[in-house]
Amino acid sequence: MTAANGVAKPEPETKVKVRDLTVFYGQKKAVGPVTMDIVGQHVTALIGPSGCGKSTFLRSLNRMNELIPGCRVEGDVRLDGDPIYGQGIDPVAVRRRIGMVFQRSNPFPKSILENVAYGLRIGGVSDSREISARVERALSQAALWEEVKDRLNDSALGLSGGQQQRLCIARALAVEPEVLLMDEPASALDPIATAHIEELINELSENYTVVIVTHNMQQAARVADYTAFFYLGELVEFDRTDVLFTKPSDSRTEDYITGRFG
Amino acid sequence: MTEEAASASAVPRPVAATERSAALARANARRTRRNMVADTAMAVASGAALLLVLAILAVILVDILRNGTSRLSWAFLTEAPREGMTAGGIFPAIVGMVEMVILMTLAGVPVGVATAVYLHEYASSVSPITRAIRIAVANLAGVPSIVFGLFGLGFFVQFLGAGIDKLFFGGEKIYGQPALIWAALTMAVLTLPVVIVATEEALRAVPRELREASLALGATKLQTVMHVVVPQAAPGILTGTILAVSRGAGEVAPILFTGAAYFLPLLPKHLWSQFMSPSYHVYVLSTQSPDVDATKPILYATVLVLLLLTFALNIAAVVVRARMRRRLPGGVG
Repeated sequence: MTAANGVAKPEPETKVKVRDLTVFYGQKKAVGPVTMDIVGQHVTALIGPSGCGKSTFLRSLNRMNELIPGCRVEGDVRLDGDPIYGQGIDPVAVRRRIGMVFQRSNPFPKSILENVAYGLRIGGVSDSREISARVERALSQAALWEEVKDRLNDSALGLSGGQQQRLCIARALAVEPEVLLMDEPASALDPIATAHIEELINELSENYTVVIVTHNMQQAARVADYTAFFYLGELVEFDRTDVLFTKPSDSRTEDYITGRFG
Repeated sequence: MTEEAASASAVPRPVAATERSAALARANARRTRRNMVADTAMAVASGAALLLVLAILAVILVDILRNGTSRLSWAFLTEAPREGMTAGGIFPAIVGMVEMVILMTLAGVPVGVATAVYLHEYASSVSPITRAIRIAVANLAGVPSIVFGLFGLGFFVQFLGAGIDKLFFGGEKIYGQPALIWAALTMAVLTLPVVIVATEEALRAVPRELREASLALGATKLQTVMHVVVPQAAPGILTGTILAVSRGAGEVAPILFTGAAYFLPLLPKHLWSQFMSPSYHVYVLSTQSPDVDATKPILYATVLVLLLLTFALNIAAVVVRARMRRRLPGGVG
């Protein structure tokens, strides 16, 4: 199979195995049961109308849902075979392997350098040479290094919206996660900044497994190798992006991608 | 709708309709007049209330400024009282207050901040224990300060202090009497609610997105609180601290039995020394002066100094908050 950027890749392997994952808020079921194999070093997009549970599903992949009071998860998620929801599994360790970028860029009110170094420092990296090397690498991967290399000590809040979001991506990459979850990372950005982010996602899929939530179907078609369509808290269809968009097997998917609702 | 507008738009209408709309317009006009009267009355009443408050403040300030400025001088600030407090200055009182306030801050603010962090970050907001703690904090704020003074005497001086003396000094009275440290601790307890409430308010204003960003990077809850939440809340915490300090500087009752001295020519040397304080000095001068006419200017000048110090602290709180807010956009201290 070929990736969206046209480079042939080794045979895809399942990175995240989801089995009957169901998320409840209180008594109410938000999404599921979802069963899905997320392929390593490729981009998987989650699409669907607002409130369909795609963000909830995404956040349950690195246990960020637990921060919401009353949230309960059933089912099984495995990262390279390691259970994420197993007994005695520390969510902190899970989040170090599965990073996340949010809808609204949320840089810390610290310098650019300290934003990217944050995850390293709290992870126990204290050697300043190692930190600056890894900060540079992360910023380069996020295509931000050239723009900020002369002002690493300036406040991150002085950056533009698109730069801030790339900074948040760099910050997530600095701790070298295996999977990167992105929750509508470009929805608050202008078209040029969005194009930057999309290009970046394509490059990132060389080394990372990317799962991206988007309500923009063109974006899913542009960046994703695989696409999952969620509707009313249910995974309706999951397939290679070209198949899902050209020959959907479920009529609801077809209705959605042809713009009949949503 | 005004009458002109109603008739202008109602040219082809039948007569009855025009009359109806005219009656409607008259009713509207009556209602508008009634509203205007109510509005004016309300404005006058609240304006008068405001004037009353300002007038009281002005009377106090004018009286103090007129009688206090003549006695105020560099010497007044740097000399000890002399001749039965009818001459000299209030230097030991200023130093005593500063020392007491510093000790109070060191003792009270960490406890207050820790309490607020526990309440807001760790405790379940629905648990009865959390609610009980919150009610306790609110009640603590409402306890009269003289009760804190008596509590300080009973708990710190007679229980803790005398206990330390019995354990370590063979019953010799060292800690078991009113002292700087006990007054500072009593004042710390008194100002705890100020710090707790201000800190909790500041923690509440930290955006959820920042906590999530930190947790998503694999930070533990403790790391998130220490490296992201508390720094972001720092302006609010600092404001609470300064307000607590300015409250503590002006209180008399809590230090009355726990450490303030009537007259000390020397500065406090130890934590267990007694100390002078401007607020207590005012109380002493106005109730126990041997020569009322001679002490009156000193009394006014002391009050003036106390007021200026408190104002300065309050202004400092405002300035610090404004500056830190500018440095941290996105977070409201």
